[in-house]
Amino acid sequence: MSHPSTYEPSNGFSKWLDRRLPVLRLMHGQFIEFPTPRNLNYLWTFGGILSFCLVVQLITGIVLAMHYVPSGDQAFSSIEHIMRDVNWGWLMRYSHAVGGSMFFLAAYIHIARGLYYGSYKDPREILWILGVLIFLLMMAIAFMGYSLPWGQMSFWAVTVITNLFSSFDTIIPGVGSAIVRWIWGGYSVSETTLNRLFSLHYLLPFILVGVVGLHIWALHVVGNNNPTGVEIQSDSDSVPFHPYITMKDAFAMSLFWMIFAWLIFFAPNYLGHSDNYIEANPLQTPPHIVPEWYFLPQYAILRAIPSKLLGVIAMFASILVLFFVSWLDTSKVRSTKYRPIYKWFFWLFIFTCIALGYLGAKPAEGVYLFYARIFTAYYFIHFLVVMPLIGVIERPKPLPNSITEDVLGKGSSPSGGAGKPEAAPAAPENR
Amino acid sequence: MLAVLLTGGHEVRAAGEAPHIERQDWSFAGMFGFYDRGSLQRGYKVYKEVCAACHGLDHAHYRNLSEPGGPEFSKAAVKYLASQYEVRDGPDSEGQMYQRKGRPSDRFVPPYQNEQEARAANSGAWPPDLSLIAKARSIHEETAWYKAPLKILMDIARGYQEGGADYLYALLTGYQDAPEKMSMAEGMTYNKAFPGYQIAMPNPLAEGAVEYTDGTPETVENYARDVTEFLMWVAEPKLEERKRLGFRVLVYLLMLSGLLYFAKKLVWRDLGH
Repeated sequence: MSHPSTYEPSNGFSKWLDRRLPVLRLMHGQFIEFPTPRNLNYLWTFGGILSFCLVVQLITGIVLAMHYVPSGDQAFSSIEHIMRDVNWGWLMRYSHAVGGSMFFLAAYIHIARGLYYGSYKDPREILWILGVLIFLLMMAIAFMGYSLPWGQMSFWAVTVITNLFSSFDTIIPGVGSAIVRWIWGGYSVSETTLNRLFSLHYLLPFILVGVVGLHIWALHVVGNNNPTGVEIQSDSDSVPFHPYITMKDAFAMSLFWMIFAWLIFFAPNYLGHSDNYIEANPLQTPPHIVPEWYFLPQYAILRAIPSKLLGVIAMFASILVLFFVSWLDTSKVRSTKYRPIYKWFFWLFIFTCIALGYLGAKPAEGVYLFYARIFTAYYFIHFLVVMPLIGVIERPKPLPNSITEDVLGKGSSPSGGAGKPEAAPAAPENR
Repeated sequence: MLAVLLTGGHEVRAAGEAPHIERQDWSFAGMFGFYDRGSLQRGYKVYKEVCAACHGLDHAHYRNLSEPGGPEFSKAAVKYLASQYEVRDGPDSEGQMYQRKGRPSDRFVPPYQNEQEARAANSGAWPPDLSLIAKARSIHEETAWYKAPLKILMDIARGYQEGGADYLYALLTGYQDAPEKMSMAEGMTYNKAFPGYQIAMPNPLAEGAVEYTDGTPETVENYARDVTEFLMWVAEPKLEERKRLGFRVLVYLLMLSGLLYFAKKLVWRDLGH
């Protein structure tokens, strides 16, 4: 958000620098003064948490790459070398593996928060679209990273997922299999495939960093949304980013670290699959090939559809539909808090995603398949029917006139001094 | 998967049927888990005298046996122990490969040169390497869908990581006579813990087969328990270091969170929110 800079270079060097490259002025403006709605709840701390996750993955990943050998013969044992003989190797590797899960956990909460509070609506469309792009990149990076230990699940996940492209054969015969051979670099998943996956797994995170930069830039142009969805109107509606938001983020991050640390130190393999401690063997297919937990909903959608091609299309569509949310939602009101009908559908959607996650871990047969189809249907109905329709027919509850009014109650002074719980009666209170 | 690995050519698999396996109490479970040195040392003996005939430990070195957090044999004992093995080394300055005595820095000498030799010696079955077996197996527990989320959270809160150990113990103590109505494939043995119930490995443990010098009763259950603990250590040699550091990290983060909570309160004190 544009706001007048109060940055004062304090010494000779910063004055000299400020006339040449005002990078300190920029940092001061964006991370110290930046006006932030005063009513943000703890769901807004996940942006900072996600930046932290990205940094952890980069640092641990770069160290792991110093010891990892991307070859068909040695990939698996080089991981064991890291676990056993590299100083703190077990910590780096478990942090990276658990870090992937924590990254997705935080991202899912962040996305759900955006959906609930309408953070994708005018003027935050580009901000939201960049977020979906980040999500897509994360998925690609996580998928490639999962292949690197070259265990049974790594190998067969790569085989299954890359093979999906062969479904294009049903459109133009030969094209699909040509694409698959091109991706594999041969006639089957092999060391050649592993090498390119490693190369891309190292490259894409830096592209991700760039997109994250744009995401934060876009955020700082339009400013934070907030639980009311009412924009900042006066100074009393906002607090400077530092120390208010920095302290709040730091506290939330510390709690997040505790969960992170618990998994790294006490349950590092819980979220993984035991088959991945068996070295890749192209001759033996595991009875159940399942992806990591964070891909289970998409996997359920893929398998819910009888035609392979349509399944692939539905799986990709389940992510791509997010790009259009800003225009699919026709409601004039941002926050679901004030949307009595949509609220129910929102929670039904969350239930749908969790149910799809559960079903993705089950064999695609019988009653599991039946429910996977029902929930897949609702997943798309939610975006394509519910969102446009409810926005038109629903009568939203009245919005507060300002963020300050929402926080302090009606009739409070705009300068805002007194602490008042959100649901307090609207007593006139001027201090 | 398991069936395929253990039986090699004789593929047996019961679709959708996973035997129920009881969870066991392990000293290495939980937040303060540690390995029982006595159990690790006895377990090593069981491995060496029974399992090692067919199963290798490719990722382990003899030196690991004297490292902290493991059986912690003395360095001298490990040196002697390693020297009992013949290791192929070379080439020497004449370009010839030669045999020499093992050293602590050597990897465990495998029982077979390659998969083909292993299969030839075991009527087609390939005994899997055991270095990671305790992490490469798990148990399957049926849970009603509405109970699944709570079960997952409980397992995470408990830090449940012992599925592989539970499975190995159940397998090693799971040999029984086959039910009369069941027809067994040739060379297969009935095991109530094995997926498909037919395993190519004959019952490896018998009461009194391995001598215990510390007075521990020489029962199949004790052998199974000790060798499982040993295999868990081989799969996860840094477990004690990890859990000790984890405890300190959590104490630190708990204090940090407390301080940050009050700092945040202090900063927001004058502001209604």
